[in-house]
Amino acid sequence: MSALLEVDNLSKRFGGFVALDNITLTVPAGERLGLIGPNGSGKSTLVNCICGTLRNEQGSVRFDGRPIDGMPAHKRTHLGLARSFQLPRPFPSMTLVDNVRIPRLYTVEARGVHRTVEEVDEHCHGLLREVGLEAKARQRPRDLTQVEMRKLELARAMAAEPKLLIADEAMAGLTHSEIDDILALLVRLNENGVTVILIEHIMSAVMSFSRRLVVLVSGRMIADGKPDEVMRNPEVEKAYLG
Amino acid sequence: MRTLPFLVISLVVAGLVFAGALAVGNDYIFFAGYVVLQYVVLSTAWNILGGYCGYVNFGTGAFFALGAYSTVAIYNLIGKSELPHVIPIPVLMLVGGIVSGIVGFGMGYLTLRLRGAFFSIATLALAVVLETLIVNWDYVGGSRGAYILRPENAPLIGSYVRYLFLTMLLLAVGSLVIARLIERSRLGYGMATIRDDELAAEASGVPTLRVKLIATTISGALMGMAGAPFPYYIGYLQPDSTFALDYAINAIAMPLIGGTSIWIGPLIGAILLDSLQQLITVTISSAVNLLIVGCLLVAFVILAPNGIVGLFQKYFRHKDDDFVGRRAVSLDEPGAVVPSDSSPESPA
Repeated sequence: MSALLEVDNLSKRFGGFVALDNITLTVPAGERLGLIGPNGSGKSTLVNCICGTLRNEQGSVRFDGRPIDGMPAHKRTHLGLARSFQLPRPFPSMTLVDNVRIPRLYTVEARGVHRTVEEVDEHCHGLLREVGLEAKARQRPRDLTQVEMRKLELARAMAAEPKLLIADEAMAGLTHSEIDDILALLVRLNENGVTVILIEHIMSAVMSFSRRLVVLVSGRMIADGKPDEVMRNPEVEKAYLG
Repeated sequence: MRTLPFLVISLVVAGLVFAGALAVGNDYIFFAGYVVLQYVVLSTAWNILGGYCGYVNFGTGAFFALGAYSTVAIYNLIGKSELPHVIPIPVLMLVGGIVSGIVGFGMGYLTLRLRGAFFSIATLALAVVLETLIVNWDYVGGSRGAYILRPENAPLIGSYVRYLFLTMLLLAVGSLVIARLIERSRLGYGMATIRDDELAAEASGVPTLRVKLIATTISGALMGMAGAPFPYYIGYLQPDSTFALDYAINAIAMPLIGGTSIWIGPLIGAILLDSLQQLITVTISSAVNLLIVGCLLVAFVILAPNGIVGLFQKYFRHKDDDFVGRRAVSLDEPGAVVPSDSSPESPA
């Protein structure tokens, strides 16, 4: 398997605070990677640096074989890097189906794929169906619960037809059966060739999903390997249990 | 409705308006109507950036004045040459539009990294800088102002003010068609995502800077086009009144009163508000104008935050939602707060 995402010596500071300290991470295509760590350990910062929301001062990020440092976020999305936000950021003035339509109009079509209006519409409804929101397709995000917004967030990331999907805490607050639904969805995506990075606090979900686990603590990567081995790592135990 | 039928209908309506004005048989109607139409263009142009993208521009006066002073510059240039002295208004509009469009692009490039009030302050500053430049540029009259000799008559139509009215009428139709076209296109969706959430827009693949630059350029160009015939209308152009804040305030108030999310909003707002202003100018005094604008603005912000169009919200929404692929027109106030956004982060 070739490397889809290569993060090399990435560092990010906020003033004097080192948020990320020399992170090196290679994610092969088709991987199911779990990224865990205590609050404030730099998980979301890492995602933001990979996706272009934040600029990293040091180190480099390569995606699909090309360096993407300094590239604006929307171009990274065009290349096939999609993310969901930890705090859902829907487009409040648009219906759910239009929320999902935006990445299709701007990302999928930017790749030269042109579909008719009806096809796009059908596809958007299909995506909402997959996350269980089809009944609310014509409603606006303000009518949704926090949980439904997370699902919308995920559907919008999926709408960009990414090669790599980064789900930033898509499951917080969900019930067990809902978590299972989302996990099944992510597994299905992965089986269709999408590489998935899952950032999650719900350990049962991470353990059942991930084939590889990376642990961040205070901006440093302290473990990387098979999930059960990583969980036995004394340093990880110390970070989690104190 | 497709764009072509819309254009045809608009032109028919414009033709009826012109015929109606002719039927009144008094040139004053053209004088007053010209200003109303000028505000239709200005508020539609403002709304492309302010209503669709959510960037509040306080520099309407500057773009308007740029168009007007382009005309003065051309007038002086040609006045000193052997060319015929009467330049067709559409040509002047084109030049004014290009100049203002370029400045709009430049302003966008320099200021669009600013958001909210900071962007608005920057546009206000731009107006001050440009006014200072014009005041110190002797060629276009400087602080003394510039005189433009208006021809007595225009061919075929009769008095020159009718000709000015007609060109402004056509420009108004053009700007409404452009606004409506944007609203229903991919570009319109992109602008709406910028108004809603720029970070999420970028993550969804919307090239936000490019979309915003397109908006500032189109918006600036239309404002300049509205300003280009103005020296011929007023006869004497003076920096203080051309750069007046009145233009900026009216161009903001009209879309807000009409409704910012759809092309018809600025149209309704401009017609209502400016007709009212014209009436007050004649019956009470011109100084009361801005007072009325202020009071109406406050009233609308409190009572009908989505403007007049918002009052008919349900009707519009249902109608559009049934169309496959056609955007359900957003009638929410820009940047509406999603209740759950303010809820604390779920325990991690």
